[in-house]
Formats: sequence, C-alpha cells, structure tokens
Amino acid sequence: MQARKKYVLLGLCAFCWLLLFYCGGGVQLRLLHLLTRHQGDVLRHWPNWTDGAFLPRYAHLGELQTDAGLAESPRQRRLAWSTIYKDSRCRMETCFDFSRCQRRGRDGFRVYVYPSEKSDRVSQSYRKILASISESRYYTPDPREACLFVLGIDTLDRDQLSGQFVPNMDERIRSYPLWNDGRNHLIFNLYSGTWPNYTEDLGFNTGQAILAKASLNTEHFRPGFDVSIPLFSKDHPQKGGERGWLLRNTTPPRRKYLLMFKGKRYLTGIGSDTRNALHHIHNGKDIVSLTTCRHGKDWEKHKDSRCDRDNLEYERFDYQELLHNSTFCLVPRGRRLGSFRFLESLQAACVPVLLSNGWELPFSDVIQWNQAVIEGDERLLLQVPSTVRAVPNERVLALRQRTQVLWDAYFSSVDKIVLTTLEIIKDRIFSHVSRNRFMWNSLPGGLLVLPEYSTHLAHFPFYYLGLGNTRVIESKSLEKPPPSRSKWPPMPVPLVVTDGRRKTTSRFLPHVAIETEAVLSLDEDTVLLTSEVNFAFLVWRSFPDRIVGYPPRSHFWDPVKHAWSYTSKWTNEYSIVLTGAAFYHRYYNYLFSHHLPVSLRTLVDRTSNCEDILMNFMVSAVTHLPPVKVAQRKQHKELPAPQVMKSVSWASPEHFSQRQECINTFSTWFGYMPLVHSQLRLDPVLFRDQVSVLRKKYKDLERA
Amino acid sequence: MCAAGKYSSRGPALIPRMKTKHRIYYITLFTVVLLGLIATGMFQFWPHSIESTAEWTLEKGSVHDAPLIRLPVSSPIPERGDLSCRMHTCFDVYRCGYNPKNRIKVYIYPLQRFVDELGVPISSTGLSREYNELLSSISDSDFYTDDVTRACLFIPSIDVLNQNSLRIRETAQALAVLPRWDKGMNHLLFNMLPGGPPDYNTALDVPRDRALLAGGGFSTWTYRQGYDVSIPVYSPLSADVVLSERQPGPRHYFILSSQTAIHREYRAELERLKEENGEALLLLDKCSNLSQGAAIARKRCYKGQVYEYPEVLQESSFCVVLRGARLGQAALSDVLQAGCVPVILADSYILPFSEVLDWKRASVVIPEEKLSEMYTILKSIPHRQVEEMQRQARWFWEAYFSSMKAIGLTTLQIINDRIYPYAARTYEQWNNPPVVKWSSVNSPLFLPLIPPRAPGFTAVVLTYDRVESLFRVITEISKVPSLAKLLVVWNNQNKSPPEESLWPKVGIPLKVVRTKENKLSNRFFPYDEIETEAVLAIDDDIIMLTSDELQFGYEVWREFPDRLVGYPGRLHLWDHEMGKWKYESEWTNEVSMVLTGAAFYHKYFNYLYTYKMPGDIKNWVDAHMNCEDIAMNFLVANITGKAPIKVTPRKKFKCPECTAIDGLSLDQTHMVERSECINKFATVFGTMPLKVVEHRADPVLYKDDFPEKLKSFPNIGSL
Repeated sequence: MQARKKYVLLGLCAFCWLLLFYCGGGVQLRLLHLLTRHQGDVLRHWPNWTDGAFLPRYAHLGELQTDAGLAESPRQRRLAWSTIYKDSRCRMETCFDFSRCQRRGRDGFRVYVYPSEKSDRVSQSYRKILASISESRYYTPDPREACLFVLGIDTLDRDQLSGQFVPNMDERIRSYPLWNDGRNHLIFNLYSGTWPNYTEDLGFNTGQAILAKASLNTEHFRPGFDVSIPLFSKDHPQKGGERGWLLRNTTPPRRKYLLMFKGKRYLTGIGSDTRNALHHIHNGKDIVSLTTCRHGKDWEKHKDSRCDRDNLEYERFDYQELLHNSTFCLVPRGRRLGSFRFLESLQAACVPVLLSNGWELPFSDVIQWNQAVIEGDERLLLQVPSTVRAVPNERVLALRQRTQVLWDAYFSSVDKIVLTTLEIIKDRIFSHVSRNRFMWNSLPGGLLVLPEYSTHLAHFPFYYLGLGNTRVIESKSLEKPPPSRSKWPPMPVPLVVTDGRRKTTSRFLPHVAIETEAVLSLDEDTVLLTSEVNFAFLVWRSFPDRIVGYPPRSHFWDPVKHAWSYTSKWTNEYSIVLTGAAFYHRYYNYLFSHHLPVSLRTLVDRTSNCEDILMNFMVSAVTHLPPVKVAQRKQHKELPAPQVMKSVSWASPEHFSQRQECINTFSTWFGYMPLVHSQLRLDPVLFRDQVSVLRKKYKDLERA
Repeated sequence: MCAAGKYSSRGPALIPRMKTKHRIYYITLFTVVLLGLIATGMFQFWPHSIESTAEWTLEKGSVHDAPLIRLPVSSPIPERGDLSCRMHTCFDVYRCGYNPKNRIKVYIYPLQRFVDELGVPISSTGLSREYNELLSSISDSDFYTDDVTRACLFIPSIDVLNQNSLRIRETAQALAVLPRWDKGMNHLLFNMLPGGPPDYNTALDVPRDRALLAGGGFSTWTYRQGYDVSIPVYSPLSADVVLSERQPGPRHYFILSSQTAIHREYRAELERLKEENGEALLLLDKCSNLSQGAAIARKRCYKGQVYEYPEVLQESSFCVVLRGARLGQAALSDVLQAGCVPVILADSYILPFSEVLDWKRASVVIPEEKLSEMYTILKSIPHRQVEEMQRQARWFWEAYFSSMKAIGLTTLQIINDRIYPYAARTYEQWNNPPVVKWSSVNSPLFLPLIPPRAPGFTAVVLTYDRVESLFRVITEISKVPSLAKLLVVWNNQNKSPPEESLWPKVGIPLKVVRTKENKLSNRFFPYDEIETEAVLAIDDDIIMLTSDELQFGYEVWREFPDRLVGYPGRLHLWDHEMGKWKYESEWTNEVSMVLTGAAFYHKYFNYLYTYKMPGDIKNWVDAHMNCEDIAMNFLVANITGKAPIKVTPRKKFKCPECTAIDGLSLDQTHMVERSECINKFATVFGTMPLKVVEHRADPVLYKDDFPEKLKSFPNIGSL
C-alpha cells in the first residue's frame, strides 16, 4: 500500500514535471533569455537585411526635384489664404497688413494708441501699459502712419464678475473706423473667462487682432501670431523695476528648502486636480508644500477633513521667507494657467517648477525656457521631488542665474513686458532684420540689442566670449580732430573730421565713418599721450562692453535733498568716466541715438551738457557694471588760464547745477539708478614702481 | 520548479510514517502546489503569445521573407489626426517613467508585409532604403529597446516616407492593427513627402489617431507645436555626392536659383531680378536637350550652358529655395551641403527642427511677397555675417541633414528633450558648430553681479608645521575688516595642531581642518566650513601684505567675482627657440597669472578644481608639490575666458632679505619646473587658455597727489 502510494506520488511528480517542461518550454527559454540578457545584454536589433542595398529609394531624384508644380498662381493662393485662415487660424501672412508698416522703410514700425474716453474706467495696469507705449520710440500720435493699433479701452480683465469688466465691447469696437476686423490691432489681456470654466474667450469678437494675453493655452495660441505675456500684479512697477534678489552665487547653491509651495487648494472645479494633490509632497523638512482651503466666501461649505490641519500648518510658514530660502518653487496652475507666482519666483531666483499643462509660456517665441525653469507635468506631480533632487549643483547655479537674466531683461517692469511684446511683433514683420534666438537669450537681452544696427553677433560688444575668442578687435579710430597743441605722432590711422552740427548729442551719432569697433571720443581741449591712449585701448579690449576713460566722477544719494547728487571732487570711488576722453564700443553710439527717448536727447542738446552722464547711465544700465578708469599722466583738465575761462562752459557753476539736475532726470527716466561704483583704477603693471624706467612699457605716463 | 522537485522527493519518504489525516493534508497541499505551478507556467507563457508570432526569426534574411498580413476590408480605420493634440493630452508619459539617464526607450515593430484582401500590397515600394536606414540607425542607438513593455515610444515599420507610394486607407488600417497601437498613443511616424495632387496637403493624409508625426513640409496650420517634429526632406544626393567643405567667403555668384519646378510667376520675378542685377544672379533650369533621362537630375542649364548639380551650388553665396507644390524641398539639403546660405521663400513653412535650431543664423527667410526685394535684402547683410551663415549652414547639414541616421536621431532627441525638459540640450549644444563650441566659453558665473560687501571672505591658510609664522599670519589678517572666518588647513599628519589656548586671540571664528594626506590640492578643497562666496587662499608665510592691501583685494574681487584676484603676477611666454611655453616671473609689463600664495577667488572654483579638473593635472600637482597655482589659473581662465586681476604693485612674496638664502640655482630649477607645468597643462587642456593683459588694479587715488588720510586704502605696500 505504502509502496504503491510512493509510486503514485513519484509518478505524479514526474507527470507534473513533464507537463511543465512541455507547455512551459517557453518559460525555460524565457528564463534562459533573461539570464543571458543580464550578462551580455543582447538586444534584438533591426535586422541587417541581405537585400538592404537593393531596396528602392523612397522617392526618385526626379520626383524630389520636380514636384508636379502647382498650377495655381502663388498670388491667388495667398489671396485665397487670407480668406480661409482667419480668426482662430490667423497667421501674420494672412491676418496682418504688412503694407501699413512699409511706409517709412525700416522704421515703419509705429504704434498708435486710441484715445480713451473720459467715462471709461481704465485700470492701473492698463494705464501703465498705455503709458509705456506712448513713451516708447515706436509711438505715433498719427493713426495714418501707424502699423499697429492699441485699444484705449481696458481689455485686461475680461472676467464678467470683475469690477473692471467693460461691457458692450463689440459695439464700441465696431465704432472704430480703423478697426477693420481687428487687422493690425494688438489686444492686451490678463484675465479671460470666468467661473467655473475660465475659458479663453474674451467676451467679444477679437477678429484678426493679435492677442497679447496671459495664461494662454497652447491649443488656442496662434503660433507666430499671438504673444503670451506673463501675469503681473497691479503693483508691478511701470519702469526700472526691482532687480532680481540674487545678490551672490553661494556655493553649494542649495538653499534651506529644496522645494516650496504656499497657496490655495481648490477642492472643486478647474485646476483642482493639481492643487488638491500638492499636499502629498509636503514632508515638512526640505519640501514645504502648504495649501489652504480658506479662500472665497463660502469655503467652509466645501471644506474637507484636511482643511483644519492644513490651515494650521499653512500659518506656520511665511511666503516671503520661503521664497528667499527655497531652491525650487512650485508654480502650479491656478484656475487659469498662469499665476503671479511665476514672476515672483523668477525674481526671487527660486527656480520655478511649472505644473501647468498646456500653458504657452511668456514670450515663448523667443525665450528658451528650459534653461531657466523646470517644466514639470501635472500628471507627474509625485515625481517632482525626485526630479528636483536629481538636478546637479552646477545646473541649479545656471538655472538660478538664468532666472535673473530673464527677469531683468524682460519682466521686471511693465515697460519691459510691453516693449518685449512690441519687439517680438516687430521682429516678425521685419524678419530679415531681426534678432536671433541667441540675442534674445543671452545678456543683456533682446531689448538692448537693436537689429537695425546689425544682425551679426560679432558687431556687438556683448558676445565675444560666447562666440569663441578668435575675434580680433580692429584698430581704433578717432572721432574728433586732435587739438593743435597735441603731441600726436603722425597719424597711422585715417582721420575723418565730421561736422558736429553744433549739437551736443552729435558726438554720439553713429557716424558711418566709424568702421572699427572701438571709438575714442575726445574733446578738443584734451591732451593725451600716445602711450596713454594705447594703454587705454588695450584695457578696453579686455572690457569691450564698458566705457574705458580717464577723468572719473561720482554720484551719491543726498539724504538732505532726497535726490541724487553729482560730484567732481576727488573721491575714493567713481561711477562715471567723462567721455571727454574715453574708449567705448561703436554700438553704444547707435544705442545712444536710437534707444534713448528723444526727450532725453533734446534735454542734452538744449543744455549742451550731461551727454557724458547720459552715456554712462546707458552703458551701466546695459552692463550693470561700473565704467573703467585707467591711469593717466596727470589730472585731465588743469585750470584754464583766466582769459580762456569765460569761453569754457564746464567751469561755470551753472554748468554744475545742470548736471545735478540731469542726474535726477535720467534716473527718473530709467526708473532706477543704473550707475555703479567702482573703487579701482587700472594701471600699467609697473606703474610708478621703483623699477628702472627702462623696464617700463608706459614710461611716459609717469612723467609729470 | 526546483522547489517542487525537492518537495516531491522528500514527500514519499515522509508519507509512510504519517497518519492518515496527515496524508490527506499532504496530498491536498501537493495538488495545490502542482496546480500553482501549472498556472504559473501558463501565465508566463500566455501574455507573450502576441510577440511569439512575430518572433525575430529573420536576423539574416530578405525583406520579402517578412510575414504577410492580410487586412480585411472591414478592418478599423484610425481617426484623422487631432489638431489639438499636445504632449500632455495625447501622449502617455507614464510609459516613459522616471529614469536616471533621462533617456526615452524606443521600440521598433518587426517588419511585416501588409496586403489587402486581394493580396495587393498597401504600398508600391514597401520598405524603402531610407526608412530601413532610419530604423537600423535607431536600433543601433541607445534609445532602442526590444522590450515592448518598457518602451516609451513606438515606431511602426510601415514606411510612410512618401505619401505618393501609399494607399491611404489600407495604410491606415495597417497602422490600426499594430498590437500596441492603442489610438496611436506614443507612436511616431516619419513622413517626408506629404500630400498629393491637386491640393498637396502639408501633413501626411493617412489617418493616424494620436500618433506623433515627424513630417517634412509642415505648415503653421498643420504643425502641432510641441507635439509634431518638423524634419527635413532627405536628399539622396547627400549620400551620393561628396562636396568638400569650402572656406566661407564671397563666391562667384551672389544668388543662385537651381530648382527646376518653379512656378512661372516666380520665375518671371527672378528673371526680372536678374535683368536688374546682371551677373550676380544665376538662374538655372532643367536641361531640355539632354537625351539621358537618368542624369537629368544632376544637370542644370542656363542658355545652353550645362552645370553640374549640386556642385554648382558651391559657386554661390546665397541659394534660393522656393516652395513648390510642397513646402519642404529636398533642395534645402543640397544647398546646405554646398555651404550656400539658403534663402527660403515658403510662407508658413515650419523649418526643419525649428524647435531647436536657430535658422536665423544659417538662412534668410523672406516672405514670398517680397521676392522682388530679395537682392536688396541680401545685399544689406554684412560680409562677416554671410561667412558665418555659410559655416553654420554647412554645420546644420553635417549634424542634422546629412543622413537618415542624423534625421532620425535628432527627431528622437527633440522628443526626449520634451519628456525630460530638465535634461534638455542647450541652445549652444544644438546650434554651435564644433569650432565655436571648442573655442567659446560658458562661464558658470555668467550673471554680472557685484556681491555685497557684508558677507566678507574666508581666509584659508594652508600650513604644515610653521606654527610661529602661521600665528603671525593669523594675527595680521585678522585685522582686515571684511574677514569673516579663518580656516586653517593643517596638512601635517604626524603632528597635531597646537592646543586651542595657544592660538592667537582673534575676533572672528577660527576653524582648523586636519587633512588625511599632505597634498597641495587640499588648499583648494571646497570645505563646508567656507560659508562665504569669496575665498582668500593664503600661505602661512605671507606676512608682508598690509590690511589695506588685503581689504582692497577683496573689494576688487567683488567687482570681478568670476576671476582670480591676486598680488604678484606672472607671465607665460612662447619660447620660439625651444618651441614651447616658458614661465616668466617678476618685472614684466604683462600678466597672465597671479600667484595663489595670496589670492581671492570664488568658492565655486574650489569645486571645479577638486572635481572637474581635466586630465591628471591634480595628481601631477600633488606628485610634484608645485604648480597648484598655475593649475588654478589655467582652470579659471579656461572656463571664463578672462584674465586674472593683479592688484597693487606687489611683485613677490619673499622678503628682500630672503632671496640671498634661496640662492640662484634653486630659483632656476624652480623656474624650469614651472615652465614644465605650463607645457603639461597646455597639452591637457588642448589649448592655451591663459590671457595676457597689461593692467593691474590700484585704488583710484593710488599715488595721486592727495592727502593720504583721505584715501580709503592709504597703506598699499610696495614691491
């Protein structure tokens, strides 16, 4: 009996084994395969076909070169397009009238702002936008020469529930004689749609107008036509703007918190998917993700079990403190796609981690966002912590600096946001004289790079490091004739005498005669030695983006007068070098005559003064750096003999007080004080050392 | 299975000694195990049945051996492409997952031959040479996986490069029967010639659900930005013709038009331009009198004169690429290959790879309407820019157009960059040709900042055993107002640092770090104790620097936080006789290095020195116990492209009376060794990164005729 059982069992066992072997053969093979896979990693590649060389071409050469040709005339096709591709399918070539911008050649880009009616309530933000346009160099008061039109009616807030909602838009717009179904019109908008769907609809027919809109969805965004702008608060400064908060590049770049979020949690409705999940990644240590449901009127009605606990935790942290102390900041969508948080964290140098699927990022046409933010995916919220943890230190350092570059170049003021919008549109209209992506994304930013000057990177003073160091800066040229008592040797460089037309700003006119990169600007009463000039030129080559000059001046804040003050006294620091004798890049001449507003230039012309201060303001605003003072034989200007005294304007006290005024006028226009102090002077290496004169290259500098 | 075997062999031995109730229990258990095993086997076997039919049995075989699939007429057809598709709506990211390499995995379907019910193939060409090339290059890349379950992106082996050779409906059906099709989710199709007569759609007409399309010839209306990828139309001439790279510069012709199928309106316009500007333009057309049909594609004619195509493209600075019936033109690839700057006239055309490539640096895009202004527009471009565009055009071709492999892998990289945006390639990586990449610098500290004075600096003193001198140094530098912290790196393993009570009393925190090995590179280690940005590296025998001098050095560093700021300067020179670099000390009018016996620099350079120093420089320095300062100078100059700043007249650290002791011979061997270092480092870096300048930084009023007591830094030492 027992023996039989033994056999039965053995038999069963064998049967089972056989069965497995039979039908599970695949298993063994698979197992074997898996094992070998771990060792040798043999991938099954796309086969190397024996007849691979005999396969047919995907197309004949003839087919590629002569594609049937189209019978339809291109002109007719273009006409047909403009009737088909309208409204939501607008593109520049179908919905924009280029001919309006051709009237005055290249500077045909003029923007007209409709006058707003007295009865209209125009919000503060929209007033700032309009002011920025009217102060820009593109503004025209004449609608006939305009290329672009901007409405006088406030269209920023198109939420029907909002107090700033303007009704009857359709009717009012139709009454504009130039409306022309919105052609060549630019409409600014920050908020569209309303509870509960927050659609992209503006509540009126925008027709063929270009939308400059915040929170644009990629689906509704008309590429190459609309412009996505950032959402900014009504307190956003019109001009100048605060600089980014990054003052120093701490190493290692990590801050106290890795990731932070503090904001509302939506329990229902659009956007709640993400906002309702944010609390999951909170760990109270390096990841702080705080949400509150206490918002809106009837929050207690919807409140869930988390609310009270969350609200307690929410109060424990201060938003500003978190902004300062986090490496990354979550920027999830709100009800709409964009949020204030985006600009806030950009300014705070807290690298934004975006969780806003489908958001067309601000100025996405020109800005390479993946170098400044982390683009997350709402669906992958729970991966965010491990993603940001894995970002290496050098990348954090780069991302953080990049946030500051962008903030400072395009976002810090309403002025910059509006001008960027206009420049993007202008670049589209004059596409062959436009900035490339490199210009938009590197310092000092697209607004300060005028493509009309040149589209070639090497013609600007900013990019020489990024383009390889092969560039050799050519020899200098002279702008002003040398003085009669000069000690110049015979000129090795061609000399061009230009007619100054008796205007002070004409010094900085971009003369065509100037073909070299460096410009040496001289007053007629300046006496400089060859070696002094040579040395300054050598120094300038190391700092081509700054002004390199001799006589320094300084500015300071006068707490008594509550104003900026100018001093020509000898001080331990300086922020201005006089352009009576200075080297700078040719481009600054162009920028001076084309970037600065006419008002400032007329002021300078009227007073025949301050042009050097203005130049210093401009260059420091571009570089954020002080000018460079170089060694000089002796004081630049000795006191002139009494008989000449009267004719010399700079010696009069009136002249000096004008300069005090200038400095304040300029800083008002710039919106901040761009001048930066420096405490150093660049001297030749052996300058005034107790070394044999024979060793010194610039011995002339030391003669009294 | 192994366990089962063991069990069953023990079973019978146990059973005889068991009681009946146990017996039943064991038999039940046994059956359960058995059933379990069978179930597991079945489970393992079953889900892979799909693949097993399409096993890769064709490792070496003909394309015609691929399995034949018959499509019934009623086979489902996918929906037309959804224009609102975006990565976050139509793409399943969960398949890609999170992986440390940030690389997507791409699966290629095995080749199948699809025929309709009557046995007619769905495509007249079947697998084309180009598509085969594309698939095999993807399969050889590190994107590839053969594991369908781990794939993030699927590429069908159905060739849809040329719509002309396709039967639309049947192709769509074939796509839909792909085992993982799932509404086209995560599928990528490559198409170069979309549309067909008469209206030539700008995207592939085959209904394809949510599949991504890499298409040549998208217009702004069909291109789903951030979802589709615009690719070039591959020109077979790329592989057939070798055009060597030409030096950029002016060419014989200014503008060349070589396309044969230009609409007569445009041709008339071009003729008019030629009339106005004469010889600078060359308008070629196809040759009418040539007998051989095959060669006609390689010939162009102008008034009876025959030109070789595409060689003739090299003779012109600009080459016109006009749209034909399709927006994408294979001519673009030929033009780029010839290093000719393309002038693209195709309104609404999405340029190839425009998501990442900056076409403004390699081409001129002119609206079709402005064809008549072409000449003036092109004339206004500066010569140097044209040269750069020529170089850029050629580089675009080499990197992104030259082969199907280049096109395929670029497409995958673009999709990869979207899925892992935080690991995306940068603008410079995409757009800078290797020459520029090599010679340009990307400073890690690129933001122009003048850091605040308040945090001060940390002095790092490297010391071995000269305690007395060390204490003097500490006492001296503790007088510097901006000193925030003192860090003594105790490099002597045999001796402990003196007791705390013996150290000089200073008003700021003082930390001592003991090292494990006596290495020079310990000086440049990024210690956590360094909490400030600015680091002052100082030797334990530098006692001559005055407090003013150090404070001024710190102020200068604040203005140049991305540079080395030091006192004595040194120079490298090219020795023509020896044909190598030479180290030069003192008394020169130029500076290219500063000694780190006392130098300010950013703490970040400590990281770079410790972790990113190229080659074996670090070991070399530690082995020779010398040149760590030269290495630091090389490193900083290489990454920033900028020269160091020498401050104040100081020429050497040794006191004048010490020179007598050192002796001349010692000095000379020292110099020889340092020259050797420069040569060694230059080879490792592959270039000479050091920059020579002729200036030093002094306080504004230094040696000016001005009352000393009003100067900020009156006490600047001498040589």
